[in-house]
Amino acid sequence: MSMRKNRTHDFASSPPEPVAGNGLLHRRALLERGVMLAGAVATGAGSQLASASAEPLTNGPWSLAPGVPIPPYGQPSKFEQKVVRTLSNPKLEPRTSGARTPHHLLNGTITPNGLHFVVARGGETEIDPDKHRLLIHGLVRQPMIYTVDALHRYPMVSRISFVECGGNSAPLYSKEPIQGNVQALHGLCSCAEWTGVALATLLDEVGVDPKAKWFIAEGADLPTMNKSIPLAKAMDDAMIALYQNGEAINPSNGYPMRLLLPGYEGNMNVKWLRRIKLVDSPVMAINETKQYTILRPDGKAWQFYFPQEVKSFITHPSPGLSIKGPGFYEISGISFSGNGRISKVEVSADGGKSWAQAARQQPVLSKAFTRFRMAWNWDGGPVILQSRATDEAGNVQPSREAFIAERGPPRGTPNVAAFTMEHCNVITSWGINPKGEVSHVYA
Amino acid sequence: MSMLEKLAVSLALTLGVSVAGAADAPRLGQPIAPNDLASWDISIGPDGSGLPLGSGTPSQGAAVYAAHGCAACHGEKGSGGPSGPLVGGGPLNTTDRDPVKLIGNYWPYATTIFDYTRRAMPWQQPKTLTNDEVYALTAYILALNKIIGENDAMNAETLPKVKMPNRDGFISKYPEKH
Repeated sequence: MSMRKNRTHDFASSPPEPVAGNGLLHRRALLERGVMLAGAVATGAGSQLASASAEPLTNGPWSLAPGVPIPPYGQPSKFEQKVVRTLSNPKLEPRTSGARTPHHLLNGTITPNGLHFVVARGGETEIDPDKHRLLIHGLVRQPMIYTVDALHRYPMVSRISFVECGGNSAPLYSKEPIQGNVQALHGLCSCAEWTGVALATLLDEVGVDPKAKWFIAEGADLPTMNKSIPLAKAMDDAMIALYQNGEAINPSNGYPMRLLLPGYEGNMNVKWLRRIKLVDSPVMAINETKQYTILRPDGKAWQFYFPQEVKSFITHPSPGLSIKGPGFYEISGISFSGNGRISKVEVSADGGKSWAQAARQQPVLSKAFTRFRMAWNWDGGPVILQSRATDEAGNVQPSREAFIAERGPPRGTPNVAAFTMEHCNVITSWGINPKGEVSHVYA
Repeated sequence: MSMLEKLAVSLALTLGVSVAGAADAPRLGQPIAPNDLASWDISIGPDGSGLPLGSGTPSQGAAVYAAHGCAACHGEKGSGGPSGPLVGGGPLNTTDRDPVKLIGNYWPYATTIFDYTRRAMPWQQPKTLTNDEVYALTAYILALNKIIGENDAMNAETLPKVKMPNRDGFISKYPEKH
């Protein structure tokens, strides 16, 4: 598989303006030629645009006969069968199951529901919505039970929000750069439009006791995992999500309802939600004592580390998406922050010696994926591509060196699926050799 | 700002105080009586709140461990298997090898063992153990880790009093990072 090279840029009549080392170009090279770029992609033109346009049209079978009946529920083209999640536990052995999003095979910012990442301790479960209930109790005036039907009658809100596993990108903490594609390294994050009932609406109905400072959220699947969450988050932007990208939440992601805590660690967004209990202090569940705590070099551990911090990674090109020969390419990738909007993404093609600001695809939303794009003229030499995001709170994505200085040195180079670190948001480096092959490197 | 966002902000400002702005929500919750909450409320706090009646000893726990085939996932006497060990764990402040976060060297509260076992174990048949059996398994695991004695019974009174070795090993990031 290779990235499409774009030959529409007329270097002779309008030399693009370099903005950083190794061929990074001013964003005008993207913006002013956007229409031409779009046209080239729409015709499916690959590396031989000039000669292809001279060939006479041959009608394919699709132009000469009726198609098939429109299916009741559409599936991706059979030519896209490789665009699937990778599974860490395909036989559902008694351990955690992970399913990773193929970011290198997608574009835009919204993850299709069937490709949204999943981490689940007991597999995917199928809940009968007529039998499911949500209980809200604890430090409240009146404990209440809600049917799924009842929740669907409440005023709803929608927001586009990423969800990221606390262990996403853990392989980048290893001693040696683990060779894996962007799906293996960064596939435990996704972004969707979620629609549901603001948790604050339901809490107003049950009446919050002023002594309540936290709430415990609990799922209905096999392990019935629970987690303590500050009540302030419930009053801020927490949602009982019922819809994912316009349709009922996928079973993998919590049908018929999940908790959505925009920007907070994935496991806190409890899937298959069945119970919320308001309490005055954390319950000290396994997911906030053993799991999702970060051991420091001094032997102490960080606990209740909630927001997923500012991160970006380049999806195109990336390992497995080689590039074919010198010329004009678009570098693009994904950025997000659990602390607000992405204010800036910089790209380097020389391993961090020089940086240029990438174009952010609008709209730039708080706690949502923001795609960035950078025009690039590759001269065919070895390069190291990096991206570095900054959020509106001023947080800058750290270098690997800075991250290790704070968290301590990695202890080894484990399997790519191992979780040796959490909340790892270091800069990712892709090395590209003169053949155009992309690998994961440290720079 | 939408009406609901305004509502959320207003609620945040007046935490715990009823807000008239939510009057347009349909209020379709069904009140549940305190007595009916028992089957739902399986939360157990680190202070022991929520612990049920019942009791169990390490030797009773060894029998439960054998009867339910726990060794298939956790090994003989919790020595390790596909789902990891239940005993052992070295020092946490070392950098020369990967310190494994285990019950004996890492978990801060013994109540979490009871809670997680009751809600999630055994993996193929969770929520089928009696409270006596869960207390017994908890006692067995604690005794294997030499945190309690061989004959110490665990129940709602004794379990919260168990001081785990790493009880003071945690530093909260909230609200510093929120």
